[in-house]
Amino acid sequence: MSRRTALKIAGATLGAAAFAKAVAPITQWAADQSVDEFLQQHYRELSPADMAKVIERLETETKIDYGADVHISDPKPQPGVKFGYALNLSVCVGCRRCAEACHKENNHDRLSGNSYIRVFEMQKGTIDLEQGNTTYTHAVPDPQKYYMPVQCQQCDNPPCVHVCPVEATWKEKDGIVVVDYNWCIGCRYCEAACPYHARRFNWTKPQVPQEEINPVQAYLSNRIRPQGVMEKCTFCLHRTREGRLPACLEACPTGARVFGNLLDPDSEIRWVLANKRVFVLKEELGTKPSFFYFFDK
Amino acid sequence: MKAPRYTLCLVALALAGSAAGLLLSHAAPPVIHQAATPTPSDSSAVAIVRHAVTIKPGPATPTVLTNALNRSGEPVPVSCSTCHSTRSPNIERHSAAELTEFHQGLAYKHGDLSCLSCHNASNYDTLRKADSSAIAYPNVMELCGQCHGTQLRDYRAGAHGGMNGHWDLSRGSRERNNCVDCHDPHAPAYPRLKPVFAPVDRGARQQQERAAHADKESAHD
Repeated sequence: MSRRTALKIAGATLGAAAFAKAVAPITQWAADQSVDEFLQQHYRELSPADMAKVIERLETETKIDYGADVHISDPKPQPGVKFGYALNLSVCVGCRRCAEACHKENNHDRLSGNSYIRVFEMQKGTIDLEQGNTTYTHAVPDPQKYYMPVQCQQCDNPPCVHVCPVEATWKEKDGIVVVDYNWCIGCRYCEAACPYHARRFNWTKPQVPQEEINPVQAYLSNRIRPQGVMEKCTFCLHRTREGRLPACLEACPTGARVFGNLLDPDSEIRWVLANKRVFVLKEELGTKPSFFYFFDK
Repeated sequence: MKAPRYTLCLVALALAGSAAGLLLSHAAPPVIHQAATPTPSDSSAVAIVRHAVTIKPGPATPTVLTNALNRSGEPVPVSCSTCHSTRSPNIERHSAAELTEFHQGLAYKHGDLSCLSCHNASNYDTLRKADSSAIAYPNVMELCGQCHGTQLRDYRAGAHGGMNGHWDLSRGSRERNNCVDCHDPHAPAYPRLKPVFAPVDRGARQQQERAAHADKESAHD
């Protein structure tokens, strides 16, 4: 064998090894993902038959990974309905039951204690969230403070939607900003764009004990999210699109939360907007929230 | 096609009406404002069934705790009328602290009201309105509303008080709290409480995980 041939063989071998090393993460990643999942279309391009197959696959995967029998639905926006939410700051005592209810309802990772709601203990006289504190543990309410739960504001001009490079998040006809968890690439641009820090990233595969899994799930809301994707509050669309109240509202012991259809002039939410002193958070940013805060006095 | 649907509406309304009537048997202003009547002339011809909004009733029989304890160590309640049907009340007494029997320890912090502002001296199984007419315990909301008009207004508008069920009454019913579900009538300010569900400190958690991991490693060695 000539020296030239020997060098060629050695070079080719090294090259092949380097290539295999370089693509190794892809093979690893592909091992976690079925072909069906890889080939799945965007939510809005799925036919009802495609969606039925996707849901069947997701339900099976949940059974395998978590041992739980869940039912995943895909409720659509109701015509003539645009959801609005209002929160009474005069009444909220900061007990965090809403955040806890959200954690359970939405099958959040148990280890990180994730929730779509953060409750701020605020200095009176300011709505500067920087001066708020979310880690208080003393008895509430502290008479020197007020309490402000913050969750997704379901903006009509949502910065998170504008920045998504792959259109994995969009605003639905009933005002809910949703995420296709199977289309999201996990770049976290939306997390950075949201001025309310309403979006969360799944750093790990969520851990939820089988018996604690909420089996009433929807594709766009509380089904267990994969690792590496964004998630956010959907006003519990798996409940609210069925006419039910959101879990955080039902959990509130003081009745601080008012939910309803902004397009219905006789709804409770419209009464609040017409009769109470109402403001939206960070109005100056022009996000046009569908979430309102109000006072009794 | 139209007739059976309309009948369905009527049946649903009758049901809703009777449920509401049970809870608000007095000629109270209709707290249930949502029970709107679907008009039969509605040409959209979709059967709009309005489900009921019910309000949890107040306590049926008023009781007061005695000093006697039951086997589980809980104080035994006794019906107010047990004593008050035979004893005449002392109208000079203003709060439980001044009473020497049965009512001790009853927290009393409700403005300048005295016992008989709300309790009916001529029948202790009922309450007493400001015009001295009697009102049944389950209808306590009407009594509270005499002074707390803004709260009652907000309540009727659906902007005060907790609830469960459906925002869309065409798809299901709703159950609302009564005033006394959240407010102790003798000390109505909402009590201070311990917050639940403290946020997990990520730094502390990672430290714990590292420590647990290190323990495992050393166990292997």
